Amino acid sequence: MQKVVREVVVVVTNPSTYSAILGKIPSTTSIMPFFKVFFILLITVNSLLSSPVALAGTLPVDSVDILHHRFDGGGMEIDGPFILVRKSIGTQVSVNGHYYIDSVSAASIDVVANASEYTEERTEVSAGVDFLHEKTMISTGYTNSEENDFKANSVFLSIGQDFFGDLTKLTMGYARGWDEVGKIESDFSEDVDRQIYKLGMSQVLTKNSLMGLDIETISDEGYLNNPYRSYRYFDSDNTEFGYSKATEVYPETRTSTAVAMRGLYYLPYRASIKGEYRYFSDSWGIDAHTFEVLYVHPFGRQWTLEAKVRRYSQTSADFYSDIFSHEGANDFLARDKELSTYTGMTYGGGVTYELGQGIIPHVNKLKLTLLVDYLKYEYDNFRDETAGNGPLDAGKEPFYEFDAWVTRASITFEY
Amino acid sequence: MKTRLIIGLLLFGSVGVSGCTEFKPWVKPYERNNLADPIMSLDRHGAAGSYIHHVYQAREGARGAEGGAGGGCGCN
Amino acid sequence: MKTSIKNNGLLRNFVVTVLLSSIAFMTQANELSGAAPDFTLKSNQGKNIRLQDLRGQVVMLNFWASWCGPCRQEMPLMDVIYKKYEKLGFTILAVNVDEDSSDADAFLNSVPVTFPVLYDNDSKVSELFDVDAMPTTVMIDRDGNKRFLHRGYKEGYEIDYEKQVNKLVRE
Repeated sequence: MQKVVREVVVVVTNPSTYSAILGKIPSTTSIMPFFKVFFILLITVNSLLSSPVALAGTLPVDSVDILHHRFDGGGMEIDGPFILVRKSIGTQVSVNGHYYIDSVSAASIDVVANASEYTEERTEVSAGVDFLHEKTMISTGYTNSEENDFKANSVFLSIGQDFFGDLTKLTMGYARGWDEVGKIESDFSEDVDRQIYKLGMSQVLTKNSLMGLDIETISDEGYLNNPYRSYRYFDSDNTEFGYSKATEVYPETRTSTAVAMRGLYYLPYRASIKGEYRYFSDSWGIDAHTFEVLYVHPFGRQWTLEAKVRRYSQTSADFYSDIFSHEGANDFLARDKELSTYTGMTYGGGVTYELGQGIIPHVNKLKLTLLVDYLKYEYDNFRDETAGNGPLDAGKEPFYEFDAWVTRASITFEY
Repeated sequence: MKTRLIIGLLLFGSVGVSGCTEFKPWVKPYERNNLADPIMSLDRHGAAGSYIHHVYQAREGARGAEGGAGGGCGCN
Repeated sequence: MKTSIKNNGLLRNFVVTVLLSSIAFMTQANELSGAAPDFTLKSNQGKNIRLQDLRGQVVMLNFWASWCGPCRQEMPLMDVIYKKYEKLGFTILAVNVDEDSSDADAFLNSVPVTFPVLYDNDSKVSELFDVDAMPTTVMIDRDGNKRFLHRGYKEGYEIDYEKQVNKLVRE
């Protein structure tokens, strides 16, 4: 490095260099814009130089990830496969794709209250590319999701950059989505347009710790409610229940921001602990806090156990109510329990078994994982209308709650 | 005033240039033993990890900022 | 300094200086000079190895770790070069920087190499050589001088390794 510095100084102080180069620089009257351009160049060069000379990051590892997922609770049973594949092409490009199915058989509170049991399938596919150049990673992809009454398409573009001796990684992303909301056995069709802006930073703090910061803003526009869902209102004319129903009315836009901070710490006896906090707020008046702690403990080279606790709490949307005073009480009316005030707890555990290189030819790592989570949601202002016994109970039914078991079993191959 | 500001910024920039080429990360590349350990990954579970985010998004009002990647070996 | 930007030749020269030096740093600066610092480390071949004792041979000093993907990738390729040039007075010293050598040994069990592996558990030698990337390869000539540096490993670097070894063994 020293030798190079000396050589550069010689080149630069040689008058003949100057006359050759200066001749090409714009004349004095137009020097201001040149400065602006140069300043931007300087900043860029600075960031390139923060790790000496053109070094590079690494592409994601070639892998095949096969997961079987299952959600069982709240009257719903949803399961299916999720296959994720990554393959590098040359030294700069990696392609990926996934195939996912949700096979739903549901009798959730929403369905039981409004309709009869049904089974349904949702299929999702995606294709994406990661392009690595020196310390910059550019990623893009397309995802399509289809079920008999809902279609979604989205694309994303993100750029990641390593700085400061690879201690800092900054990522910026933009995504765009288009949904088509429909209803079975109906011509009903409405659209939703979505835009997502993401900013992320991960920072190595010490030899044993790192932290991450993420900000994401989502903006939706269009038909934002569920066409099957209704709100309820007190109706003395209804002698059976004491209330009647009408189709929800939602605002046509929703903008939300989420900010999350996470920290990972390496414990001296080889284990790790991760803490996360996310704050969420949106234009519908919802505020939510998410806390999560995860402990990972390996035993030897092959077995790893983990345990986690997560607490989610939110306050309801401005236009949410379990029961309104009358039909059309507000401009916007919603009774979606996901917009109410509630708390959700998760207690989860998992076990992973790994086999390294040499056991299976061409496979660098084989990983078997089993993760089980117990979820419990308790609603503070959404009531279980099915627990009512007549018009006197209207609006006084017990608050709804449900629990669920989520199971994930996967096998991952790394090449 | 404007001249001084620009000169100041350029000087700062050039110090930055020379400073940055001497930049010594406080965790050296050969000290990343623990950070490169898979248990120190922000995203350990690939498909399984993105599935659980989907479970929460479908049942909760909040969405976004679920996490990215970082740390690691810092190789190359 | 009350000069207007428009006619400030000094400022323009300054700008050119910074720009030029930036560009210079951006090009591959992988030639080194000066004597390689001496060190002694324990090896996987039973005895300790001292760099000074290898004066007269061309030494390819490689810093690697079991947790570093590109490092693992290049090991077998380095073995090919070692086997080819060893009899011409060449050796590879693969300095492992794992804090726990058993991780390195586990890797070497599945991907064995024939050149010596040295253990630098407390990173003393890595510091001595100012290692700032993983992996790092330093080519040392028969006089014990540092000649070439490689930071990181990407597919194709092994071609450069061989070219440099070829050049140094013929000196």
